[in-house]
Amino acid sequence: MLWRDWRGGELNILAIGLVIAVASITAVGFFTDRIERGLQMQSAELIAADLVITSGRPAINDYIANARENDFQVTTTQQFRSVLLANERLQLAEVKVVSEGYPLRGVLRISDSEFGDDEATTRIPAAGELWVEARLLQLLDLKIGERVSLGNSSFILGKILRYEPDRAGDLFSVAPRVIMNSIDLTATGLINTGALVNYRVLISGERSDINRYRKIIKNKLRPGEKIMTVEEGRPELNTALKSARQFLGLAALISVLLAGVAVATVANRFSKRHLNSSAMMRCLGATQNTIIQLFTLEMIWLALLASSVGSLLGLLTQFGITELLDQLVLTQLPAPSFKAVILGYATGIVMLMGFAMPPLLTLRRVPPLHVLRKDVPIRLTSAWSIYLLVLLSMSLLLYWQIDDPKLVGLVMGGTVATLIVLALAAYLLVRMLNQLRSRVGVAWRFGLANISRRPGSSIIQIVAFGLGITVMLLLSTVRSDLLNDWQASLPADAPNHFVINVQSDQVVAITDYFKSMGVSNTQLYPMVRARLLEINHAKVASSDYENERAKHLLTREFNLSWAEKLQQDNTVVAGSWWSRKDFSKPLLSLESKLAETLNLKLYDVVGFDINGTILHFTVSNLRSVDWDTFNINFFTVVPPGVLEDKPANWVTSVYLNKQQRQQLSNLVREFSNVTLINVESIMQRVRNIIDRVSLAVEFIFLFTVLAGLAVLYAAIQSNQDERRFENAVLRTFGASKKTLMLGLFAEFTLLGALSGLLAGLAATSLAWLLAEFVFKFDYQFDPSVALTGIITGTLIVASAGFLGTRSVLTTPPIQSLREGVQ
Amino acid sequence: MTNTVSNVFVEARQLGKQVTTRDGVLTLLDDINFSIEAGTSVAILGASGSGKTTLLGLLAGLDTPSFGAVILDNNNLNDFDEDGRALLRAERVGFVFQNFQLLFGLTALENVMLPLELAQAAHPRKTAEELLIRVGLGERFHHYPNQLSGGEQQRCAIARAFSTNPRCLFADEPTGNLDSETGKRIIELLFELNSEHGTTLIMATHDAELSTLCKQRLVLDAGRLVEDGAS
Repeated sequence: MLWRDWRGGELNILAIGLVIAVASITAVGFFTDRIERGLQMQSAELIAADLVITSGRPAINDYIANARENDFQVTTTQQFRSVLLANERLQLAEVKVVSEGYPLRGVLRISDSEFGDDEATTRIPAAGELWVEARLLQLLDLKIGERVSLGNSSFILGKILRYEPDRAGDLFSVAPRVIMNSIDLTATGLINTGALVNYRVLISGERSDINRYRKIIKNKLRPGEKIMTVEEGRPELNTALKSARQFLGLAALISVLLAGVAVATVANRFSKRHLNSSAMMRCLGATQNTIIQLFTLEMIWLALLASSVGSLLGLLTQFGITELLDQLVLTQLPAPSFKAVILGYATGIVMLMGFAMPPLLTLRRVPPLHVLRKDVPIRLTSAWSIYLLVLLSMSLLLYWQIDDPKLVGLVMGGTVATLIVLALAAYLLVRMLNQLRSRVGVAWRFGLANISRRPGSSIIQIVAFGLGITVMLLLSTVRSDLLNDWQASLPADAPNHFVINVQSDQVVAITDYFKSMGVSNTQLYPMVRARLLEINHAKVASSDYENERAKHLLTREFNLSWAEKLQQDNTVVAGSWWSRKDFSKPLLSLESKLAETLNLKLYDVVGFDINGTILHFTVSNLRSVDWDTFNINFFTVVPPGVLEDKPANWVTSVYLNKQQRQQLSNLVREFSNVTLINVESIMQRVRNIIDRVSLAVEFIFLFTVLAGLAVLYAAIQSNQDERRFENAVLRTFGASKKTLMLGLFAEFTLLGALSGLLAGLAATSLAWLLAEFVFKFDYQFDPSVALTGIITGTLIVASAGFLGTRSVLTTPPIQSLREGVQ
Repeated sequence: MTNTVSNVFVEARQLGKQVTTRDGVLTLLDDINFSIEAGTSVAILGASGSGKTTLLGLLAGLDTPSFGAVILDNNNLNDFDEDGRALLRAERVGFVFQNFQLLFGLTALENVMLPLELAQAAHPRKTAEELLIRVGLGERFHHYPNQLSGGEQQRCAIARAFSTNPRCLFADEPTGNLDSETGKRIIELLFELNSEHGTTLIMATHDAELSTLCKQRLVLDAGRLVEDGAS
């Protein structure tokens, strides 16, 4: 039967629709999977491995042995604070002890001079050698090649360390970084029992193996041990990576939905074409079940066949595009996984069965009398339960692919709501057009009549066009907002140097110094060191908290700053920012996540030990802070007039170009206590990743647009039979090609404009929802989206419709009349 | 373009039609020659597959011949492109089909108005209403085709065919889908209107009895004209 239908041309449209659908899903699936894994590899650099286990205790050998048994690459690091001695000066340093193989992902960048070019290396310091941050040389007045003491050992300063992939976000740590080889550790005698050391096991391997291993390890962690993820390793990339993943997921999701709409549209046409043959089979004695079995079997074969072709096409498309993008996106994309193929097949079968089933069930109910009389009513099967089942299966498939229930829920819900709204609006518009049809000229009359004489298929077309355009508008809006948001988070002139340890009496001089270098508006922020002692007049200790971060916070000092105004990338989420009358009052503004970690609420009273005195502050507001930027921000801020008499350090961040950087050595000489931190290399890394993610997003967007066009094509094809027949009748009665073309033009222009208008409104609402609840950026309502919708809708639908129906105009009328319409 | 010298309205000259199939070239019509006078009625007879509908399509300019020519009202159809032939049809020709071929999305009235609008005739609605009343569908203006019986649909199709007052009416098995009683009434209507409007009627049928009502008979057998004479 499959072959017979195929030979008869009945299945072509359905198969083509399905192939387009499966191909677009698998291509996007393959590509997002590869890009995602590529990004994962790329971002794995940020923790220097695919998986890191950290611990405060040295008992980590079992993890090392276990990881080696699993054929993973393994290395270790140990980090602690210690003091370096040189030129009779002492300097606190953050020491990192590394073993052969470090880093497993990414590279170290080193140089021989403070401000010269750096180079990438896969080596680690040789035995007896230290690599140090440039500011250590400033602080100890040393040069490369000179000696320094650490613990019981003496080391040669081998290289200046410019970049380490897994340097965590604590750029303000007072102590500069020192890297040494683990071979030298025992001789230094630095690690005794009770020393505060952070032990890390770095592991890398195949993604799936790592994921499996992560799950196993997660349940075996002992107190004080934890698994570190990429997001924790580099918080400033957090948002970009998360939203990139979500956007790629969204794009894949939307291709699936578009494909579903395409298949549903063509399945409808397929069933209409089969009304006669089903009636005929009933006449020849086929039972309802025989008919349903025949068509179900046919659909399964078709689904398998089309899914195979579609998957192959998807794979080939993806290979071709990867080839093009190889140079641009990621130098080496990991090989495609078969997840996309399984997804392609599953989607193909679910979609075809789901969307073709309701019309098939209708075929079962075709009365044999239909052979004789076409006007015999056919009882339609209620399709709601089946569509609901399809929606559920699709949601599960999508959840399996993108693992983000909120996004899946929002998009599925949004799509269903959009479909309902589009269908209702389309119904009303078609009704309104019907009123108009007796009041316009011949060509427009035919155009309008074309729409209103087939209300059912016109509504389906408007909904399909509308959904296609909605998706294109939505993705382009979200995409450009997302890219703008990322670019805004790291503009070209974002601060690339931090200046810390500035004393109160140096503030004016430093500001003037930068002014003389051509850097204006340097804003310095005060910091007063304080230790948290009391909450609501009760003593607090780290043992009061279960949470590791809370424990840590209670052992370290806070940097209390004061400010008149709320900083730009801060938002008050509870309480209110102080006014002038509140200055000098002991109020406190807390970063909201910190407050949550410490269980602090609005109006709690917090006691800090500042330079030996306990001061009490009332929490007057909670702020959310955008940590993705490289701007200076504080967890704790008080109003002006409270801490000015306490010993304060000042800090600032500035953007310096290449010429200005050359003058930095003078700054260090003039203000010897001031420390400079260069974050240019880190920012460059972050920028690179964001650029690549942006490219991936642009590409996936393009592909989804193609899927959208497939839907438009399917929608145009959906009533081609009726259109062909009608045009044949019109031509028989003397309609010229011009009249027919004008009629088609009028019809598609109207359909396009109506769909575009509805799509513009739908896209605006959905974009707001996504911005608000998923991507978390400020959405600006833009009336031009609706206008763009109307224009693109009219242009795309009019041209696609016209191209798609050209054959209608060239078929001899006698042929169309003979074929008739079912 | 009209030449009134000759009284011949339609003429077939060595007309032939071939189509290419997977099994080779298939000849549907071969070397057909005849002429039809204006105002007469002609039955094209023949068994199923003898080429009646193909011939009718060629005569009406709905399809193009593989060889030979059709002269319609002194116009060689080979000299016209599809648009030119459409214009000729709009001005001079009407159609009635076995399957009625009404547009399902249009009401009975709109279906009849269709050719009038295409020809940009004055008062299409009024003319269409008069014709529908004439064919007995005065109460059915706003009914859609699927709300009409087969006989009513064919009446509507006849009203549509006569709406532009064509000089020639082509009918392809007009009673083929109707019971004999209804078919009889339809034929009566067709001939009544034919005589009222002075139209040339060219009708393809396999009904020998029906052909006796026509003045001229053209009999086809396997694509060849085997008889051309008066009934």
